[in-house]
Amino acid sequence: MRKRVFTVLSLLVLASLVLGACGPAATPTKPPAQPTTAPTTAPVQPTAAPTTPPPTQPPAEKTLVIAIGADATFLDPESVMNNESGFVMSAIFDGLTKYKKGTSEPGPGLAERWDISPDGKVYTFYLRKGVKFHDGTPFNADAVIKELDRVKNPNNPYYVYKQEGVHSFADFTWGIVESYEKIDDYTVKITLKEPHAPFLASIAMVWSGIMSPAAVEKWGFDVNYHPVGTGPFKLVEWVRNDHITLEANKDYWGGAPKVDKLIYRVVPESSVRLLKLEQGEVHILADVDPEDYERIKANPELKLLEQPGLTINGIALICDAKPWDDVRVRQAVNYAVNKEEMNKYLYKDAAVTAATGMPPILMGYPKDLQPYPYDPEKAKQLLAEAGYPNGFKYKLLCYENPRGYNPVGIKMAVAVQEYLKQVGIELELQTLEWGTFLATRRRADNKDLGMVGWSGDNGDPDNFLWEMFSTDNIPVGNTAHYSNPKLDEILRKARVVTDPDERAKLYEEASRIIHDDAPWLFINHTKHVRAIRANVEGFALNPLQMFWYMEDVDLK
Amino acid sequence: MIPVLLGVSIFVFVGMHVVPGDVATLLLGDKATPESLARLQHELGLDQPIYVQYYRFISKAIRGDFGISLRTRQPAWREVWWALPMTIELSICAIIVAILIGIPVGVLAALRQYSLFDSLSMVAVLIGVSMPIFWTGLILLMLFGGRLHWLPIGGILDEGIILQRITGIHLIDALVVGDTKAFNSALRHLVLPSIALGSIPMATIARMTRSAMLEVLRQDYVRTARSKGLAERIVIIRHALRNALIPVVTVIGLQLGLLLSGAVLTETVFALPGLGRLAITSLLARDYAVVQAVVIVSALMIVVINLAVDLLYAYLDPRIHYT
Repeated sequence: MRKRVFTVLSLLVLASLVLGACGPAATPTKPPAQPTTAPTTAPVQPTAAPTTPPPTQPPAEKTLVIAIGADATFLDPESVMNNESGFVMSAIFDGLTKYKKGTSEPGPGLAERWDISPDGKVYTFYLRKGVKFHDGTPFNADAVIKELDRVKNPNNPYYVYKQEGVHSFADFTWGIVESYEKIDDYTVKITLKEPHAPFLASIAMVWSGIMSPAAVEKWGFDVNYHPVGTGPFKLVEWVRNDHITLEANKDYWGGAPKVDKLIYRVVPESSVRLLKLEQGEVHILADVDPEDYERIKANPELKLLEQPGLTINGIALICDAKPWDDVRVRQAVNYAVNKEEMNKYLYKDAAVTAATGMPPILMGYPKDLQPYPYDPEKAKQLLAEAGYPNGFKYKLLCYENPRGYNPVGIKMAVAVQEYLKQVGIELELQTLEWGTFLATRRRADNKDLGMVGWSGDNGDPDNFLWEMFSTDNIPVGNTAHYSNPKLDEILRKARVVTDPDERAKLYEEASRIIHDDAPWLFINHTKHVRAIRANVEGFALNPLQMFWYMEDVDLK
Repeated sequence: MIPVLLGVSIFVFVGMHVVPGDVATLLLGDKATPESLARLQHELGLDQPIYVQYYRFISKAIRGDFGISLRTRQPAWREVWWALPMTIELSICAIIVAILIGIPVGVLAALRQYSLFDSLSMVAVLIGVSMPIFWTGLILLMLFGGRLHWLPIGGILDEGIILQRITGIHLIDALVVGDTKAFNSALRHLVLPSIALGSIPMATIARMTRSAMLEVLRQDYVRTARSKGLAERIVIIRHALRNALIPVVTVIGLQLGLLLSGAVLTETVFALPGLGRLAITSLLARDYAVVQAVVIVSALMIVVINLAVDLLYAYLDPRIHYT
């Protein structure tokens, strides 16, 4: 008996192996018409009509595949803040404003236009008419008000912060809002607590996408897994840690998408991602290892796209600890490192040298500001003046793996260590796993130098200078413990002034102060780089790295 | 078994909390402000003493509630439930590959002891066991996926195939719904990861089979079988191999447990959504609840595998009885 069971089992195993080897078998394949209730996934918003292909041969379906390094966590824009979720949500949602294609400059989105009151506090948005959410709910003033209500009103049953441990950009984007009211069906008035110039840019962020109010009512907090927006694509399937399938929203107000399906495929290994791109299994890589730039450029089937990045990358000097409390020492290390050489050989030309705390593509960047040149003699002289003619020893905390603003990871620190050795400064590198690194570096009593960097959130200078150089943000954002009351005053003023020219002047002044005070060893602004297959058309990078305007992308 | 699981859970819990950096820090990443960090830490109870946190965890865990994944806000057991079948599927395929190659190689090597085949196969097997899975995986991908275009590069199904989840094991689900296309796709995707992951147990199985066979072949009853005129094939398979298999089965059981650790790397290289990858992602994100659930489930699986091995003994050796 037992023997028989064993034999049957082994036969089954064999049969399955043989079956698989025989290629497409005679049994008719089931049409892919089955509703996509993949329970692996957060199941799926049933679409109005099943997407069964008609019996006549339809034109071949175009599927565009994007390889991402990690899965999205959830897809409610108001309750999430990681990049991968943003990549997906940027194709599903629209905000009131929308960055113009390829830029970080806000333009019309779901709001066609707006007025700003003279005191800079009241914004009146005139909404686009005839727009529908993917579930058929009309987009109008009520939808906007309901969205704001679940972010701002603690009595709303679906108040975003009622979710345990939610981490959200909502404070950053909508935190400044005092009140909101509907004027008529297509007009909304939003009043701010105080004038806040970055507001229009902030609400263009992917985290300010407007969700269908009907979906929120239907799913409650589970709307995280059933996102319904107005964007060019809608969610049809989400297999955890494997892939997310979106389908074209043919009625998109910005024009029907040119491809039928958009798939985000999770591939954790960067070399495997490249292999998949080379073989045509995927069409766009969200992240590229600088080591692979040459290989991609050399392949006629692939294209490397690059754009000045909304990033900064450097080393935070501890301004309240000896010897870094002496500005001459901080300037000395800035002179001692050959950043041009690092850009060329380490970053493969995909970076520009940094002179101050924000990238040159932002408004208010002083055009004539030059980075510290490579001048080891000057560095030695400054060190001698500061009382360290023979240099000193110090510890530098490092993270190991590449990050968006620093695609070479720890190699950056190794190069700096080598340059500083030439002027007598011995850096001891201590590598920490990312979580440990963040926690150690952010302790108020931390005295060790640390690798530091930032990718811009909304394309506003405030998002760089305030976050990393204001006294208010010591020790979490401002890990250099850098405090300059004059700078604080300028940055505070620049937040409330709405006149762009006046703001630009303030940021110019702030940038120069930060350059002179050198609270960081400024290294570079890495470019935003993605790789695509040559047959992908109409794809444009965006400094915020999101996948907007995917309706324009086609596969030839 | 309960004390073992309890010990494991305390070990993991303390280990994860002693390391600096908590889930709040990692969730907020670069973008933390002092206020948001403090608020999140308070909400998640991370500002409580560690024994309070452990008590909170364990008092729920013994009722089967491992808590919510702080990264995805799904119940931790559900995260594990989604990932587990993939790892089981991969491990079974890997062990099948290992057995189908390892046992015949071991038997042949034993029959031709000290021959060229014997030396070559044992060297090959040694290389297999010493090669890091990560490296083997990449080489296999570059060769069979990249250069020769025979097999797909990573993933489990081709783009566009939607397979209804019944058990979560793709091959079985595809058979159940009768979707040959999905079955073939899954099988083709499983070949390389199974070889990469199977290379280590394959080596151990081959070496074990060889030495067990050598020992058995010298026994008197084998000589008896031969002398009563049985065909050599029958002698080898029915008389010698079956008795040689007992230590081999033990090894297979142990190797199945070890496959769980190999799955971490294999699933990462081959982009498979399994338990190993869930473990590493959650660990790096300090997603305590999920890490605990993964560890407990893995420990349970090893216990179950050991039980299964014990039961198999009884089948292979009729003298062994369990009462």
